[in-house]
Amino acid sequence: MSVTDQDIAHVAKLARLEVADPQRHKLREELSSILNFVAQIEAANTDDISPLANPIELDAWLRSDTVLETDQREKFQTNAPATADGLYLVPKVID
Amino acid sequence: MSDPYPNTIAAIGKALATGECSSVEITEHYLQRASAFDGALNSFITLCAQEAIEAAKRADEIIAKRQHHALTGVPYAAKDIFCTEGIKTSCASKMLSDFVAPYDASVIKKLRDTNAVLLGKTNMDEFAMGSTNETSYYGAARNPWDTDLVPGGSSGGSAVAVAANLAPGALGTDTGGSIRQPAAFCGVSGLKPTYGRVSRYGMIAFASSLDQGGPMARTAEDLALLLNEIAGFDKRDSTSARREPEDFAHSLEESISGKTIGLPDAFFDDSLDASIRTIVEHAIEVFKQAGARVCSVEMPNLKLSIPAYYVIAPAEASSNLSRYDGVRFGYRCDNPADLEDLYCRSRAEGFGEEVKRRILVGTYALSSGYYDAYYLKAQKVRRLIQQDFKHAFESVDLIAGPTAPSPAFPLGQDWEDPVALYLADIYTCALNLAGLPGASIPAGFCAGLPVGLQLIGNYFEEAAILNFAHIFQKDTDWHLATPPGFG
Repeated sequence: MSVTDQDIAHVAKLARLEVADPQRHKLREELSSILNFVAQIEAANTDDISPLANPIELDAWLRSDTVLETDQREKFQTNAPATADGLYLVPKVID
Repeated sequence: MSDPYPNTIAAIGKALATGECSSVEITEHYLQRASAFDGALNSFITLCAQEAIEAAKRADEIIAKRQHHALTGVPYAAKDIFCTEGIKTSCASKMLSDFVAPYDASVIKKLRDTNAVLLGKTNMDEFAMGSTNETSYYGAARNPWDTDLVPGGSSGGSAVAVAANLAPGALGTDTGGSIRQPAAFCGVSGLKPTYGRVSRYGMIAFASSLDQGGPMARTAEDLALLLNEIAGFDKRDSTSARREPEDFAHSLEESISGKTIGLPDAFFDDSLDASIRTIVEHAIEVFKQAGARVCSVEMPNLKLSIPAYYVIAPAEASSNLSRYDGVRFGYRCDNPADLEDLYCRSRAEGFGEEVKRRILVGTYALSSGYYDAYYLKAQKVRRLIQQDFKHAFESVDLIAGPTAPSPAFPLGQDWEDPVALYLADIYTCALNLAGLPGASIPAGFCAGLPVGLQLIGNYFEEAAILNFAHIFQKDTDWHLATPPGFG
C-alpha cells in the first residue's frame, strides 16, 4: 500500500498538524513503510475473534455523584499561553 | 574514593532506620553525584535540589520520631512523564517545556506521603515514543557503560540514573518495553507491572490501554520495596484494578524448586542473536540449578505483536495527544493567523518528528474507511496474542526470554526507515498488548555491555517474578556490576 500526497494532506488536516511541502515526501515514504509493515496483521485469521480494547477487562464501577474537586481555575491558568479575566484567549473566531 | 553510602534502597532504608546516616546526608550525596556526573550523562531534565533537601529534613524528623515507613527518607528519581506539583513536567517535549504540573500524579503523591525524597525528573524519549532516548527535546541521555551508546528508551534517563548511581531507584513507564529495554541496556533491574496495578492518574498519557508505570532499581528486592509503595487501587484511574494491598517482598526467598519456566518458541527461533542466546541460556541454567523445570511453549501469534502494537499505540496516541492545542497549556506558536492556524502550527512546532509521525499513523488507522482494516483488526490480533499467553500460563509458572535483540548501540544512527527501529521491540511489546507483568534483570555481558533477561508472569503475579529474579540475583552478581567510573 502506498500513501499519496493527498493522503498526507488529509490525515494532517484531521490531526491538526501543519505539514510543510518539503516534509511531505519524506512522510509519505515513512508512512508507506509503516503501513506496509503493520499490514502483516491482515493475514491473521481472526474469524470469531472479538476485539480486545483493554487487556484487563474490568467491570465498570460507579462512584457517588458528589463533588470531589475544588475550583482551581487560577492555578490551572498559570500554564495557559494567554488568558484574560479567567478566560482562555484565542484568535478572534467570530467577526 | 571509597563510597561511604550504601547504594540499594533496602540498605539505605536500614542505614536511615539505624541512624547510620541521615536522609539529608544521603540526599546531598546523590545530588552531588548528579551535579558531578550528569553533564556527561544527561539523565536528568530537572534536578530538584532545594525541594529534595527540604523533603529529606522532614524525613529525618519522622525517622527521629520512629514514625517512618520503608521508603521514608530514601531518595529516588522519577521519569519526567509523572506530574509533580510545582515542578516542571515536560515529557521531554518542547510542547511542555514550560509546563509546571498543578498536581501530583498518584504515584508521586504516594511516595510524597511516605516521605521518600524526589531528587529530580529524568530524561526520556519525547512523550515516551522511542527506544533510544534520542527523541528527547533535551537531547539523549547517555549510556554510562559507554557514553557514545544509547541508554535505551523511553525511560532511558531513569535507567542511566540508577546505573550510574545517581539515584538508588527510579520510576519509569512502559508502553511497549520502555522500562525493560533501557534497564537491559544499562544493566539495571526494571519491572513493568500488570496493567491496572499502578495508577495512571497524573502520568502523561501515550497509549492508555498499554501504559503502565513501574520501578527501576539495582535489585529485585528494591523493585519490590518501590512497588509496595506505588501499587494499589486508585479511584482517579478508571482502569485501576481493585486489588487488596500486597507485600511484594514477602515471597522473595521462596524456593522455585518444582516451578516451571516456559520458553516461547518465537523468542528462541533462528533470528535470536547468538551471543544474546548464550547469555539467556546460561541464565536459564541458574534457574534449573535452583530446581526449576524448563519447557518450550508454542506462541504462534507473538510474531504479530509488533505490527499490532504499531497500529494500536499510535492510534491511542493520536487521540491522547489531541489535547495539546496551544490553548489551555503547552506551547503556542507566535502570531497565529486564526484558530486553525494556532492549532496546526502550535502542534507542528511543539511536537518532534517521531511524535508527529505516530500521530499521523494513528490518525490514518482511525480514519473513515481504514478503521476496520487497521484498528479493529489489530485489536482482534491483540486478543490472539493474549490467548497465546493465557494458554501458555496453563502449564508454566513463568515465561523467560531475552529483553532486547541486541545490547546498546551507538547514538546518532540514521534510522531512515522508522520500522527498522520498531523491530527492536520484538520481545517486549507483546506483554503490553496482553497487559501482563514483566521484568528485565541483568544476566551477563556481551562485548562489555550489559544484557537483560526478561521474566514474564501471569496477571498480578509480580511477586512470583520478583521471587525468581531475587533467587537469580542471590546466585549471580551481574546486577552488582557498575559502569567504570560511576561506581
